Amino acid sequence: MNVNQHTPMASPYGQPQPGYGQPNYAPLDGGYPASYAPYNGPASAYQPGVPPQGYSFTSFPSKAVAANPASDLSSSLDLGSARGPPTSAPPPVSAPQQYNQYSHSPADMQNGPPPMTQAPPRPAGSQPYGLGGGQPSYPQHYAPPPTMQQVTNQMGGMQLTSGPPTPAGLGYAPPHSSQPPISTSYQSAPQPSFTQAPPPASSAPTQPPPPNAPAASQQYYRGPPPPPQPPFNSALPPTSQQQFLSSAPPPPSQQTFPPSFSSSIPPPSCAPAPPVSQSQQPFSTPQPHFSSAPPPVSQPGFPSGPPPPAQGSFPPQPTPSSSQPGSVPPPGPPPTSVTSGQYPTPIQHQQQPPDSQPSPYHSGPPPPRFQMPPTVNHLPPGPQSPPGPQGPLQQPPSPQTGYPPQQNGAFGQTRSPQAGYPGPYPVQPNYGAPAPAPAPAAPAQKRLDPDAIPSPQAPDMPAVQKSRHRIDPDAIPSPIQVIEDDKAKTNEPFVTGVRGQAPPLVTTSFHVRDQGNASPRFVRCTAYNMPCTADMAKQSQVPLAAVIKPLATLPPDENPPYMVDHGEGGPIRCNRCKAYMCPYMQFIEGGRRFQCSFCNCVTDVPPHYFQHLDHTGKRVDCYDRPELSLGSYEFLATVDYCKNNKLPQPPAFIFLIDVSYNAVKSGMVSIVCHELKSLLDHLPRENPEVDSVVRVGFVTYNKVLHFYNVKASLAQPQMLVVSDVSDMFVPLLDGFLVNVNESRQVIESLLDQIPEMFADTRETETVFGPVIQAGLEALKAADCAGKLFVFHTSLPIAEAPGKLKNREDKKLIGTDKEKSLFQPQVGFYNNLAKECVAQGCCVDLFLFPNQYVDVATLGVVPVSTGGSVYKYTYFQAQTDQERFLNDLRRDLQKHVGFDAVMRVRTSTGIRATDFFGSFYMSNTTDVELAGLDCDKAITVEFKHDDKLSEETGALMQCAVLYTSCSGQRRLRIHNMAVNCCSQLADLYRNCETDTIINYFSKYAFRGVLSNPTKAVRDTLVNQCAQILACYRKNCASPSSAGQLILPECMKLLPVYLNCVLKSDVLLPGADVSLDDRAYLKQLISCMDVADTHVFFYPRLLPVMKLESGSLPVAVRNSEERLSKGGVYLMETGLHLFLWVGASVQQELLLNLFGTPSFSQIDSSMINLPVLDNPFSQRLREIIDSFRAQRSRYMKLVVVKQEDRTELIFRHFLVEDKSASGGASYVDFLCHMHKEIRQLLS
Amino acid sequence: MATFSEYIAQNEERDGVRFSWNVWPSSRLEATRMVVPVASLLTPLKERTDLPPIQYEPVLCSRATCRAVLNPLCQVDYRAKLWACNFCYQRNQFPPSYAGISEVNQPAELLPHFSTIEYVVQRGPQMPLVFLYLVDTCMEDEDLQALKESLQMSLSLLPPTALVGLITFGRMVQVHELGCEGISKSYVFRGTKDLNAKQLQEMLGLTKSSGAQGRGPQTPQQPLSNRFLQPVQKIDMNLTDLLSELQRDPWPVTQGKRPLRSLGVAMSIAVGLLECTFSNTGARIMTFIGGPATQGPGMVVGDELKTPIRSWHDIEKDNAKFMKKATKHFEALANRASTNGHIIDIYACALDQTGLLEMKCCPNYTGGYMVMADSFNTSLFKQTFQRVFTKDVQGSFKMAFAATLEVKTSREIKVCGAIGPCVSLSTKGPCVSENEIGTGGTCQWKICGLDPSTTLALYFEVVNQHNAPIPQGGRGAIQFVTQYQHSSGQRRIRVTTTARNWADAQTQIQTIAASFDQEAAAILMARLAVYRAETEEGPDVLRWLDRQLIRLFMFHLRRSPFLQVFNNSPDESSYYRHHFNRQDLTQALIMIQPVLYAYSFNGPPEPVLLDSSSILPDRILLMDTFFQIVIYHGETVAQWRKAGYQDMPEYENFKHLLQAPVDDAQELLHTRFPMPRYIDTEHGGSQARFLLSKVNPSQTHNNMYAWGQESGAPILTDDVSLQVFMDHLKKLAVSSAA
Repeated sequence: MNVNQHTPMASPYGQPQPGYGQPNYAPLDGGYPASYAPYNGPASAYQPGVPPQGYSFTSFPSKAVAANPASDLSSSLDLGSARGPPTSAPPPVSAPQQYNQYSHSPADMQNGPPPMTQAPPRPAGSQPYGLGGGQPSYPQHYAPPPTMQQVTNQMGGMQLTSGPPTPAGLGYAPPHSSQPPISTSYQSAPQPSFTQAPPPASSAPTQPPPPNAPAASQQYYRGPPPPPQPPFNSALPPTSQQQFLSSAPPPPSQQTFPPSFSSSIPPPSCAPAPPVSQSQQPFSTPQPHFSSAPPPVSQPGFPSGPPPPAQGSFPPQPTPSSSQPGSVPPPGPPPTSVTSGQYPTPIQHQQQPPDSQPSPYHSGPPPPRFQMPPTVNHLPPGPQSPPGPQGPLQQPPSPQTGYPPQQNGAFGQTRSPQAGYPGPYPVQPNYGAPAPAPAPAAPAQKRLDPDAIPSPQAPDMPAVQKSRHRIDPDAIPSPIQVIEDDKAKTNEPFVTGVRGQAPPLVTTSFHVRDQGNASPRFVRCTAYNMPCTADMAKQSQVPLAAVIKPLATLPPDENPPYMVDHGEGGPIRCNRCKAYMCPYMQFIEGGRRFQCSFCNCVTDVPPHYFQHLDHTGKRVDCYDRPELSLGSYEFLATVDYCKNNKLPQPPAFIFLIDVSYNAVKSGMVSIVCHELKSLLDHLPRENPEVDSVVRVGFVTYNKVLHFYNVKASLAQPQMLVVSDVSDMFVPLLDGFLVNVNESRQVIESLLDQIPEMFADTRETETVFGPVIQAGLEALKAADCAGKLFVFHTSLPIAEAPGKLKNREDKKLIGTDKEKSLFQPQVGFYNNLAKECVAQGCCVDLFLFPNQYVDVATLGVVPVSTGGSVYKYTYFQAQTDQERFLNDLRRDLQKHVGFDAVMRVRTSTGIRATDFFGSFYMSNTTDVELAGLDCDKAITVEFKHDDKLSEETGALMQCAVLYTSCSGQRRLRIHNMAVNCCSQLADLYRNCETDTIINYFSKYAFRGVLSNPTKAVRDTLVNQCAQILACYRKNCASPSSAGQLILPECMKLLPVYLNCVLKSDVLLPGADVSLDDRAYLKQLISCMDVADTHVFFYPRLLPVMKLESGSLPVAVRNSEERLSKGGVYLMETGLHLFLWVGASVQQELLLNLFGTPSFSQIDSSMINLPVLDNPFSQRLREIIDSFRAQRSRYMKLVVVKQEDRTELIFRHFLVEDKSASGGASYVDFLCHMHKEIRQLLS
Repeated sequence: MATFSEYIAQNEERDGVRFSWNVWPSSRLEATRMVVPVASLLTPLKERTDLPPIQYEPVLCSRATCRAVLNPLCQVDYRAKLWACNFCYQRNQFPPSYAGISEVNQPAELLPHFSTIEYVVQRGPQMPLVFLYLVDTCMEDEDLQALKESLQMSLSLLPPTALVGLITFGRMVQVHELGCEGISKSYVFRGTKDLNAKQLQEMLGLTKSSGAQGRGPQTPQQPLSNRFLQPVQKIDMNLTDLLSELQRDPWPVTQGKRPLRSLGVAMSIAVGLLECTFSNTGARIMTFIGGPATQGPGMVVGDELKTPIRSWHDIEKDNAKFMKKATKHFEALANRASTNGHIIDIYACALDQTGLLEMKCCPNYTGGYMVMADSFNTSLFKQTFQRVFTKDVQGSFKMAFAATLEVKTSREIKVCGAIGPCVSLSTKGPCVSENEIGTGGTCQWKICGLDPSTTLALYFEVVNQHNAPIPQGGRGAIQFVTQYQHSSGQRRIRVTTTARNWADAQTQIQTIAASFDQEAAAILMARLAVYRAETEEGPDVLRWLDRQLIRLFMFHLRRSPFLQVFNNSPDESSYYRHHFNRQDLTQALIMIQPVLYAYSFNGPPEPVLLDSSSILPDRILLMDTFFQIVIYHGETVAQWRKAGYQDMPEYENFKHLLQAPVDDAQELLHTRFPMPRYIDTEHGGSQARFLLSKVNPSQTHNNMYAWGQESGAPILTDDVSLQVFMDHLKKLAVSSAA
């Protein structure tokens, strides 16, 4: 990495200016430049300290480094810079660096979230960001005041920086250190900083000497900041200084970093940059600065932006600044290089970064607090430093012109959302509005161009580098980092009222306040800022989709959707498009009519619904009516919404139990029967006070079916055998479906006797089709909807409709015929599913196979009816009972609706075109769900059929008509409004990667039905590459093609995508059965975002030290992260592993297992022993809470290091190479970069 | 004449046989001229208390085509230990066991008064009796309750070793598994899908027994019981409980609909079940239905109440869309059942028709009972059903199973066919005529169900050519060999050998005429007429009948429900015809010409003419039509009764008068099977129609004045009276003679 970076650095440097900047800048490029500029300001201040050295040394080395990195990906800015010096390493390094940079940028982005940090980071992170970063910074400066404050509120750190903005200098100052510099850099500050920066850069070079700083290599990156540090220190005497001091003590560089963090980061760093990112950010920032600075671009940019004050000087400064960055990076590298060669150091840095990061975090948090102070500090610095004044000046003037562009860029980078749900948006609009923005953007790009310059060099370098060097995993975007950042910045309830606001990540726990849009628990979108036109959408290739979980369970502190009753006439709807009354409807003519915001049709308000409007045009009762003020609510449906115009009957549950030899022998039959006895008291009900109205029925079967008459009046149940399986029917009506309480005795007697009756069975053949038919017919006969619980063991080979043969053929895997294995074997089940849906018959299938059962075919009905498939391969009562029973309990008790129809209406311009999930569609618009439970999500894809407007945004309304478990017919409405944009950058700033991955996985898993898996994988990679390439091409500063630049909000796209590609469905290992794949495939199809997230990127927690109240911070899914002396808990949503290192301390083992010896741990245990010590208690608590979070019970598997089971465990270390040939994260990132570059060229 | 009637009575008493002619014309030509064919009414199991079964097997003629049984008519050479078959003249060696035979030591079968003799076959296993209840559950609770009680009662009447099974049906068909602990099990089949025996066997899981067959000699024992058919002694309690828990068909019946009743499939399953488990073993499927089949194969009417069940009118108009298919279905079932020797009884209790017309062949082919009543909750049904299980003095049921009747004839005469509850076994033989009457073309018939009164009509043809005179004194012989399964499980063979003299019609016409058995001939012709009526168009039959020799009975026959469908539903016609075709001569006569007794203060009860003139105000009439027993109180008597004179001590004689016909009726009721409908009515009562429709309308609204008013009651009918009929007949006779 270092090397790469260095190389790139070098080249850029070489080209542009001395090299300093270039290398460093290169990475820093886009945003950085800007930031640098600001940084420069600070840097300048710093410069004094470091500059000289940095310049000379860093510049060149850094350039070299940078060049390499840039070529690779980039911006490997950070890495590059850090490692840059080591140049030798360049190639490999570069790649990683690039990643890092990207990551950095992302990190920045994340950081960005906190406005301040984001801005800086983003800019820093990716050059594109840089632009954005610039913007944020601008916004801060410019719009800042108001927005800034908001921002600050949200992202204290950022704001802080923003705060500084006013004192341009200040702003710069902070930025300098951190990304902010970028923004600042754009501003006047940057220039100064640059000038100054150069010094820092030089200092960086000097840094080498300072290697001490190396420790904080990242910081070094920030290193550039380091220079700032000095300035900060000086400038920021107060907090920053303190920080610096504190940090400083150790290694100066570190100090610098911290300062940078504190100063610049505080705002950004705290929130955004958190750990890794921070380090990266700093680097990136510096780099950008450098790059930008060095390259002419920076100059041009400056001209626009900087022009005001220091431009002239800045130009020169830029170089310096760049040099500074460069210097900074150098510093980083230097340390390493100095000591053991730059590479090592970088690594150290990297490693350190994390450490440092944490500290930064820690420091970060304080910073936020300090933010204000920091800002103050910054301010002071700013002022102190020449830039300061310039900055301010520039801000006002230049911002408008040149800055805007930068800002734009910055925003893009920062993710407008993060920046400021609060701030950013307002800002953006401003920006957007300011035509200037685009124009400026261009300039910004130009600046970037300079970066690009380095790239040329990079290109040459990269390949080599890649091939030669291993990229440091710490340098590439870390999911953990992103998750933690998001957690850290989410401390206020998420208010849904603001259009186009991206919610916190699914991994973050937060409170939601419904103010007009559906809670993210119900609806999550891939993009909260949709492109206005189809062309844009096509160009970006970003999927426009929403993941809707209509009946999602809300946490206890959030209100479930209110029930609205519009009386006999039913819900009030638009006359034309039939959209339901919602907050988007515009009341006109004094409230007598309303205009539909979906189709613009004007509809009369029924007299009973009339209400006057207030002076703003809102109905007076607006806040009294959920349908006028909330995003989610329910309507009571009238008889018109019922099948056959008849109010529905309460639903029924039918239990169909396989009693063939295998089922009896495995113990399944007795377990089910025993459990049902108590479970029947927990049938779903809406009012806990009242008995459930759900009726139950029982069927057992092998080759024939046995129905049971459990009428209350009978002394003994009666068994009715139906052996005519070719033409299934229900032999009885009265007495089959009964109320549990009335027939309790008979039912219990039945459940007692079933296991006995079949204890000696010799029947091994089973049927399956007729079983479902039987349930279906029973529901038909009873004229109600309901759910079938089928407990099944084996491939249905008995002569009957739906008979299957064993078709598992491993030879087909990897061939064009592989897809046929995912297709149902016979068409019978498709037709059956259709019938089931028509009746509202939902099928849940519990499989207990000992061999191939053809899940692909058996699952057709469950999948089409909104049911679930549970699979317990090689079921053994002893070990699997708990998992099965918990699943069963949950499945039986969970909130569920029946006979549902979902329709998604959208405003003119887009249309829901495709749906993924467990359901059936008989036409192109209505999603029919025989059953819909609280865990089922449906992914809806939207396509343009016209233009959208930025003013109105895009609206969607998801209406689900269903029958509740008490037999009430209802409509649940979820409304969602998102913004529309005409700038791609806006799109890229408002995406949610987790949701995109959810969409991709579902899209791909459906694709395997019709395409070879290889083609599916390629398609995914392609689309992903296009998305990123489009970003690179249109939003990022045009840096070297060798740089990998990722949008902040998509920086995890590669790692997650890789996980999807490596999943068993798309890339099966030798030991993965076809059934497993089919099972996963259908399982994923109805997962929501949280589920897919943890499924594809499992949560891996080190649990050596546990605190009550908080969870340990997760580590990345790589074997490298596991320490021999550690114990780790991994959850995937389906599995739960407890990995125990071989050299765990005895005490830990004692606390955990009650045994002092590693070898005595029984790896077959399914539950941790209950030990009376805080550690054991806490760990079990954690495990329980994990289980409670997931819709399926996760069986605990204890994995001892080096044990056989570790193979399975390793399968889930998704950042590593997989046994089935899946690429490691690093490799994949390289691959992705290559793809992008191909697209770009 | 007297001698002939005595001879006839004696023959009937001894052999259960009555011939239309007791002296046979010696040539085909002459026989044809006699109009009434040589025919006989045979009651194979006529009760003979004086006939101990012989514990060995019959000796058969060794000629393969003959196989006649050694009988008193055979010539025996005691020294050579040879006997000559009197049918084929084959000389046969006596079997070794007859070594001690001599003129003074004759085996029973050679004694002249043992012209009817019964052998017990010792070979083979003792087969259990099988009773399979086929119960409709689509009926009112009251009915169902009554039925359940009757069924439970019947269990106590069954021998402990008898196997019983239970199939219930409504919308679905349930085959109940018996003898299971705890949860009661049943196999359910949908009522709309017919299954063949093999499918059924698989679905009931009965295929294993076939797999076990390979194992060895015990195989035959295997199917002796299975899950569905178990010995009464074993599952008595279980079945009783099962029956008591029997619910009404739980499927909802919406207004304006009939319940869905899968009779066709149910019966098919019953037949199939026995077919695959107890083929060729005596078994009785007792079907209890409360209404018509309304779905699936065999349905006779749709489930829409607005569409009434077919009437004769519909049938004539070819408007009964389900009839043909249903008939075909049940015919097929009847054939299957009869092939396997199983009986199908139908007990139909409903106010409306139940589709007996379509189902008639089931009992008709298999010798089963057909009982029609209004409700299961009537004594008519209860008593009748109880009477099915009547036992004889030995404690055996008066029923026999899976019988085959074989007829062997002398060379001069051949058998044309049989009419009665039997099916052809399609056995060709030397004594089979090419000319078919009734079920012909065979010399063997299967009679799955027999009781002591079951009577078949057998028709013969004299085939001797005119130019081949029979030597003087020659006798024509006919041997009836009935093999059957006795209710004790034994296999028995009853052999009746009869012989009649030949006479030359030209020279001995008087003798022949004197030998004419008017009653037998009437019944034989009536059976033929009914048979034709069943198989041909109604009016044609009447015309055919009119062309035949007509006597007194013919007048009533013409008016009887056996030929007239007017005023009878198709089901009733089928019911009446069924009984007519199986009852013995006496009963058949009553059916054709009901018996009318008059009770009055004027004297002891006396039979009176079945004429409207017999209806007098001061009389009580008791009419027995076989199916109904009507007590009709004349106008005056009715007024007295209404006034309550019978309760006054001084009018005790009136009380006795009232009681007399009731007592007589009770006596009839107790012996008759099926139990007749008992009707107590009076002048002007609505039920009086039963009487009025039977009597000869000598007085009608058209001619009552002409006949004066001294007596009788006018009948409102357009039917001609006997007088008119006779006048017309005379005219015809004269003109035809001319």
